Amino acid sequence: MFTSSEDMDTDEGGIVKQFMFVNRKAPYGTIYALEGLEVVLISAAFEQDVSMAFIDDGVFELKKAQDTKELGQKNFSPTYRALEGYDIEKLYVEKESLEARGLTEDDLLVDVIVLDHAEMAAKMAEQDVLISF
Amino acid sequence: MLHIVNKSPYERNSLESCLRLASKGSAVLLIEDGVYGATKSGNCAGMVQAAMNDVKVYVLGPDLSARGMADRVLDGVSVVDYGGFVDLVAEHSNCQSWL
Repeated sequence: MFTSSEDMDTDEGGIVKQFMFVNRKAPYGTIYALEGLEVVLISAAFEQDVSMAFIDDGVFELKKAQDTKELGQKNFSPTYRALEGYDIEKLYVEKESLEARGLTEDDLLVDVIVLDHAEMAAKMAEQDVLISF
Repeated sequence: MLHIVNKSPYERNSLESCLRLASKGSAVLLIEDGVYGATKSGNCAGMVQAAMNDVKVYVLGPDLSARGMADRVLDGVSVVDYGGFVDLVAEHSNCQSWL
């Protein structure tokens, strides 16, 4: 991630890159959504410009009212609400993905920025690094 | 015959293949990410609704609840618990899992 030890010295105005974590998988059926979220939380320690994109089934990660009691898996959805505390506030959701799944912004458990596919494409294109889950 | 689908219909074609090849009178059980196929107002709802003329559709409740979709099950789909899953397997002479 960093080319030299100097780059890590962010207190002295070190290099800050734009990182986008691209989430395209539904929660619980596979481990991708949870692993992606863990990596995003770790990334917060590096003081970079971090955003998350939710595309395709990734939008299901943000669905309200997840209740995993009977499933016997950890409900990690409240963690998305904690991202703000790590200065990760840019959560982009693709409009077309929401609509195809019959979801609206009101169905989501955290404040997001809804972008249409063209806006999402532009946002992705301006990143330095894209990491996909 | 019992058909089981565990993939999201928005990501894979498992449900589509299942519904194409399930004969009249079959049962289709949606589990794991497959439960999204049993929910209202998405693009896949129409396909499932149409299939229900020929097949009986069930969905696993704990997987719906985990995904926050328990309040938007398509009309005509039956929600079953783990015991109901076992009953369905026991009631049918054979089973195809559309992995």
